[in-house]
Amino acid sequence: MSHARISTNILERTSAELPAQPAVILRNVAKTFPGGIAAVVALSLTIPKAEFLAILGPSGCGKSTLLRMIAGLETPTAGIIEQPHPRVAFVFQDSHLLPWRSVLRNVALPLELRGEARQRCEDQAKLSIDQVGLTDFTHRYPAELSGGMRMRVSLARALVTNPDLLLLDEPFAALDEITRTELDEQLRQLWIARKMTVVFVTHSIGEAAFLANRAVVLSARPAKIALDTNIELGLQRVNALRGEPAYAEVTQRLLLALEAGASRP
Amino acid sequence: MTRLFRDIFPPVVVLLAVIAATELTVARGWIAPYLVPRPTQILAATVENARELFTATASTTTAAMAGFLLSACVGVSLAIVLSAGGWVQRAFYPYAVFFQTVPIIAIAPLLVIWFGFDARAVIASSFIVSVFPVIANTLTGLRSTDPALRDLFRLYGAGPVASLCKLRIPFAAPSIFTGLRVAAGLAVIGTIVGEFIVGTGLGGLIVVARREQRVDKVFAILLLSAALGIVLFTLVNTAGRLVMRRWHASEIE
Ligand SMILES: Nc1ncnc2c1ncn2[C@@H]1O[C@H](COP(=O)(O)OP(=O)(O)OP(=O)(O)O)[C@@H](O)[C@H]1O
Ligand SMILES: [Mg+2]
Repeated sequence: MSHARISTNILERTSAELPAQPAVILRNVAKTFPGGIAAVVALSLTIPKAEFLAILGPSGCGKSTLLRMIAGLETPTAGIIEQPHPRVAFVFQDSHLLPWRSVLRNVALPLELRGEARQRCEDQAKLSIDQVGLTDFTHRYPAELSGGMRMRVSLARALVTNPDLLLLDEPFAALDEITRTELDEQLRQLWIARKMTVVFVTHSIGEAAFLANRAVVLSARPAKIALDTNIELGLQRVNALRGEPAYAEVTQRLLLALEAGASRP
Repeated sequence: MTRLFRDIFPPVVVLLAVIAATELTVARGWIAPYLVPRPTQILAATVENARELFTATASTTTAAMAGFLLSACVGVSLAIVLSAGGWVQRAFYPYAVFFQTVPIIAIAPLLVIWFGFDARAVIASSFIVSVFPVIANTLTGLRSTDPALRDLFRLYGAGPVASLCKLRIPFAAPSIFTGLRVAAGLAVIGTIVGEFIVGTGLGGLIVVARREQRVDKVFAILLLSAALGIVLFTLVNTAGRLVMRRWHASEIE
């Protein structure tokens, strides 16, 4: 919690220590929707393996479009995306659970769709549910859960396939502040435990600074990179970090870039 | 228990009040009894013709159920085919609308020519009247699948059959039941209209009673057919609640 501890943590894992192999490469990627709206123009970005990347940007600048292209749900109109992961998971802004399935069966869904045996689906799903701390709610239905719990189920559903690339599109934006910081901490812990590549789209500067090892700030539509910076706040991060000067410095930097990018002509 | 009381009590009070008011106005001679019979007289007519009415109700119920089930199966299947969109939908949807716009009273004699004075003509009439709401509502439900979930299924490599069975049909359940509830009432109406021409069941009895100027009997039959509609509607409604008991109220239209 103290300043001293955070400084030592910074030394534990710097960007130089991260495995250098790229997980995702975007080369001059562009996306123009039918109707002529250019959401993304000539964007190049390399995301190393096991990186936690936050993408920030003004509303409507093309963040979701970018994430959907990385997931393969949208094809770029120009440029190349190299993303060789067989196991990609996607978390949306709302939980998007199936109301007719219990928590267990919702979490097991991705495995079920891949044709895994039922017993294995359920075993894996139970592990995933444990990891997000919902063991007692395994047999409940989405309608019986709070918004925060439903988001956790959504996270468990994404983790159940053991993804090597986890994409999140403003996943906690609809939650209250306390639940949100709780889930931020949990996500960070999961990332440390799983060593997967995470791309996290958010509106919140604080959330980006707390969670990510690197932040990319996009300018207003069409999206271009306004700032690409490492966030060196140590490996283990707890809520008290949000009161530290180093954290304030990072958020200040991100805020300036966001403001500059938003007012771009 | 209190809930049952809350739901049952108000309509029963209204019913009793209407019966009492009608009895009074007709008994006092404010309305001529050959226009509206006294409720007690309707009851007497029902008891007097109990046997005949029972047989007719049984036959009407069977035909209405058959018509409704046919509508449910054909309607949902047709909607699934039409939901493929593209040229299939453009080519066939106008003919589905035909069921909605065809005046059944004009087509019923044709049904008799095709099927004979037979239960099949009655069931066909019931089907024609009740199938469109099933098609239209199921189609709306199948088209309104949450796009995020559709993406999720795509991301996890689900094929069209898995998407249909595990996502699109369950997701459309509230809409499908909306269609089935409407169809339940219409199936009874279609049955009675068919029976008007064929001469069986409650519809057939109405024709005879009217010819004999037995207004009390006509009313008894009307009330029986209305009750039949309500029973079918309630059955469908209960089935829907059972299927969607896990859903949050806000997810059911
Ligand atoms: N399917 C589509 N068809 C046409 N235009 C689209 C489509 N999807 C997105 N757009 C447009 O592309 C632009 C970028 O959209 P996108 O959803 O990527 O923004 P965003 O940065 O995620 O916004 P927000 O922060 O509000 O979620 C918007 O102007 C939007 O209107
Ligand atoms: Mg978005």
